[in-house]
Amino acid sequence: MSDMLSVSAIKNGTVIDHIVAGQALRIIYLLGLQKKNNLVTIGLNLRSKRLGIKDLIKIEDRILAEDEANETVIFAPAATINVIENFHVVHKIKTHLPSVAHGVFLCPNRLCVTQMEQMESCHYIHEQGKKITLICHYCEKEFDRDQVKVAV
Amino acid sequence: MSVNTKMTNSLYQKDVISFDDLTSLEVELILKIAKKIKEHGITYSIENKLIANCFFEPSTRTRLSFEAAALRMGGQVIGFPDDSSLSIRKGETLADTMRVIAGYADLIVIRHPREGSARLTAEVSDCPVINAGDGANQHPTQALIELFSIQECQSSLNGLSIALVGDLKYGRAIHSFIAACLLFDVRLYLVSPESLTLPDAICDKLKKRGMRFSFHQHIEEVIPKVDILYITRIQQERFTETEYQLIQNKFILTAKMLEKAKKNLKVLHPLPRVNEVALDVDQTPHAYYFQQANNGVVIRQALLALVLNEVIL
Repeated sequence: MSDMLSVSAIKNGTVIDHIVAGQALRIIYLLGLQKKNNLVTIGLNLRSKRLGIKDLIKIEDRILAEDEANETVIFAPAATINVIENFHVVHKIKTHLPSVAHGVFLCPNRLCVTQMEQMESCHYIHEQGKKITLICHYCEKEFDRDQVKVAV
Repeated sequence: MSVNTKMTNSLYQKDVISFDDLTSLEVELILKIAKKIKEHGITYSIENKLIANCFFEPSTRTRLSFEAAALRMGGQVIGFPDDSSLSIRKGETLADTMRVIAGYADLIVIRHPREGSARLTAEVSDCPVINAGDGANQHPTQALIELFSIQECQSSLNGLSIALVGDLKYGRAIHSFIAACLLFDVRLYLVSPESLTLPDAICDKLKKRGMRFSFHQHIEEVIPKVDILYITRIQQERFTETEYQLIQNKFILTAKMLEKAKKNLKVLHPLPRVNEVALDVDQTPHAYYFQQANNGVVIRQALLALVLNEVIL
């Protein structure tokens, strides 16, 4: 059975494919999908020629904004994000890694002022080869992508 | 590089939060103005300006030297030495507290245990903000004092070998000083317990910028090689009692250890010291930490004069 058939097809919406295995749930929180009413289908640990194993997310009746698509790349640098209309791919959203993310992440530094105050976090995003790191605008500490939690 | 100090200066109304916020020209300008004040007795005025000295945690040198600097130039000072009398104790946010104080003053100096607190203050304040230490993050004015002191005792900031000894992981003065070193051609010897070594992110930055540096665990092995030995306090709370005793004894500088030092070697310390610099070092020609502490006033005078005066001669 092909990967695309492992999870049900959607009529209209967005499909995020080629997510590095293990990152789908973080993307769900990143996009706030757990709080929305859209039907969301998640595939975990699907076989992939390109990645070996991958995750996949299908979102019914919602087209991702450019900013949202770009933020997704922080967790899924190889993701392909397709817009679906009437079961067909009508548009491929071009993405690039954003240079800054406002209010998206919680700073892991327990002594960072953002953990004490009611304020929006701000992280600068750096890419070094395959490694993506985030630097807090406030405490100036650098973190690996996998160290940071998404602000829910 | 030459600096035309008669021009409108770029530090006017500027926040100084992290050493990286300063350009090399601005650093040069601050050092130049500080030298004019110290060596040539030139006076600058911040008359009618009100400085809010907001210290949310204890400080002796930083708080009093900012206060002395302001008063020496005709400025006035309000503020507090700790947070015991503030509405923060009633649950007021730091942002609200600082926004209100910014309405009273022409410039805020802030020290706070939270990392990033000075940056947040700058974002909510209408007046310029100077970071006097935010947790383990930055202490940019301390780094300016180190640069000024090194220039004073070595006549140059380039071509030097500098040993950084002590807590390289959590020391905010060290972090700002390393950022300052990146502006100059220096070679660093990093001496610390393994658990307090320089964070990877800073090491990566040094590598990227082509800085020469090496790691060491004993002070003696670097003493004969360096021009500056910058030693900092290792904080007891980072270790268990047994670990601390073990580590502490390895990082105490004594006069005897300095017998093999180069003649021009100077020992710097941001102070306060506990026992990492033995008292007998004070009697050697290498001790420079008290002169360094005294330089705190002229550096802060220079900075206040530049931030509060658009045109400076």
